[in-house]
Amino acid sequence: MTPLLELDDVEKHFPVRDALGRSRGAVRAVDGVSLSVPEGGVLAIVGESGCGKSTLGRVALRLIEPDRGAIRFQGEDLRRLSGAALRARRRDMQIIFQDPFASLDPRMTVEDAVAEPLILHGTVPRARIRDRVAEMLVRVGLRPELARRWPHEFSGGQRQRIAIARALASGPKLVIGDEPVSALDVSVQAQVVNLLQDLIRDLGLTFILISHDLGVVRHIADRVAVMYLGRIVEEGPAPEVFANPRHPYTRALLAAVPGQGTAAPPLEGDVPSPISPPPGCRFHTRCPHAAARCSAEVPLLLGAGHRAACHFADTLPPAAPLREADPGGERLRRLQAFFRPPPAQTGAMP
Amino acid sequence: MTVPALTIENLSVEFATDRGSLRAVDGVSLSVAPGRTLAVVGESGSGKSVSALAVMGLLPGSARVGGHIALDGEDLLALPPEALRARRGGAMAMIFQEPMTSLNPAFTAGEQVAEALRVHRGLAPAAAFAEAVAMLERVRIPDAARRARQYPHQLSGGMRQRVMIAIALACRPRLLLADEPTTALDVTVQAQILALLGQLKRETGTAVVLITHDLGVVADHAEDVAVMYAGRVVERASAATLFARPEHPYTVGLLGAAPRLTGGEGRLASIEGTVPDMRNPPPGCRFAPRCPFAITRCVAEPPPLAEVAPGHMTACWRAPLAQVLGAA
Repeated sequence: MTPLLELDDVEKHFPVRDALGRSRGAVRAVDGVSLSVPEGGVLAIVGESGCGKSTLGRVALRLIEPDRGAIRFQGEDLRRLSGAALRARRRDMQIIFQDPFASLDPRMTVEDAVAEPLILHGTVPRARIRDRVAEMLVRVGLRPELARRWPHEFSGGQRQRIAIARALASGPKLVIGDEPVSALDVSVQAQVVNLLQDLIRDLGLTFILISHDLGVVRHIADRVAVMYLGRIVEEGPAPEVFANPRHPYTRALLAAVPGQGTAAPPLEGDVPSPISPPPGCRFHTRCPHAAARCSAEVPLLLGAGHRAACHFADTLPPAAPLREADPGGERLRRLQAFFRPPPAQTGAMP
Repeated sequence: MTVPALTIENLSVEFATDRGSLRAVDGVSLSVAPGRTLAVVGESGSGKSVSALAVMGLLPGSARVGGHIALDGEDLLALPPEALRARRGGAMAMIFQEPMTSLNPAFTAGEQVAEALRVHRGLAPAAAFAEAVAMLERVRIPDAARRARQYPHQLSGGMRQRVMIAIALACRPRLLLADEPTTALDVTVQAQILALLGQLKRETGTAVVLITHDLGVVADHAEDVAVMYAGRVVERASAATLFARPEHPYTVGLLGAAPRLTGGEGRLASIEGTVPDMRNPPPGCRFAPRCPFAITRCVAEPPPLAEVAPGHMTACWRAPLAQVLGAA
């Protein structure tokens, strides 16, 4: 089966200049990444700040022009499209950003914001636009009477719902969420996570979740790609990667998630500069398992189904199990059941 | 029972806004013993940061503060401004979420730590700088002598937060207020900083108030917890008790709202609705409009923070929640 989206050896470097305009090298934000997402798949791209995950998301939609590599959407190379052909394709690809205070124009009513992509892409006849906006608002859990209001009248969670309605209005096949719930408070975050899950299922969306929050990733994604300094170090089915991480960086990342006790010593040091990443395996400067070979030779992303870019992926000791405690047990689960509303009926896309 | 380093009693903070007055903190009582960490948990607008700023005396002049705040028995709200300024950075210190905006970009890391030592401990400039380098070593900054001569923009986010901690701890404070100290940091660096704070607390016996929204951080790094909602403390317990037997519905919902690393049942517990408008809070329990267990009394009458088990307080008319389960 043809994947919906396929990235082939994609590279994006940002040149760095000093105050006098002299070249100071380049930030190697994305450095030879290949990935594919099947139709209906939910892929998470995880990693710490500066790993290149947001750049990768923008490159995938060609919002940023890559230096090298191919981006194939339904088998068609997006880099060969231009002008009207590319714009027509954009209807199938949308993005949701982190900050709902920055992503909505304060001078546009909710109705105008959600209608804009419909007008741009001519998705529905003019006469039907208002109905379609109302329908989108209901779908994301907002009352349609709110359509004439302005963004400042809404809370962060409601604004993110509006941003989601806007992204989904043109009926895209692929949606990228760049930290879509990171700016929200925990209780509101849960509402939006549930909403995204419902929408992905009901609309059959293909979704790329860019996130640093491994709990959210585990909850939503069916596959995970872990990035470090511009490269993918591990990729595989989410339950597999979480239960049996093969790359030492993935292990460190999982062990660092709070709520597991303080038994494991934290990873030492900071992420090196992406302008001059370490040679060989980029993680070797912080890796507890590093050997001479690791600083000399770039490890390839190898394996079937569950891939890891580590020379010693097959000989590492088994990963420590996740130590997430469950002290509340059955009593807490029974109490929490009162908070778990039945799935909202978002319905199928007409 | 040790004497608390910090005692807050019936604290209230009110701001005048152009749309009426807003009571951001409403009758909060808390205490922290030396060498212990009290986590204050809550979402934005819960009043947790405003409470900490009230302790430090850093609220704007327009804020009306009521109640009592005592540091080692001394009433902070009664102190004249100069005396309070001497306590700030001396007996008590605070670190914030964003170290880049807390540090002065025009001075080196070493100079900024040294300044605290000169002002509060009266050290001579050379001695202060030498001590500053020692402090930077203490917060595990590698190559501290070189880093001390660098400016904030030359340091990573994690290193900047270490400098902030060095400044805060330079004068051996009795109380450290840490307001979301790792929220802006990556998860591997967050683990380093929290481990460091824990070690320093054990070495110095400083009392720590850790303000956070992350329940995982609370579980790993705090002995005691206060959960705040809409300006009030709704539950107080040891961390172990709070996670094992939460007795406030808001705490129950919050614990279920954070997705788990080990996966789990399809949908997250979600607290429907949003936090109340603090200019016009609900008359009874402020959580009642979002609470699946609310009864008529909850809507009409605010529940007091009362003991539900020894050392475990909750502000809920339905507590103990066993009765809710019994009825179901």
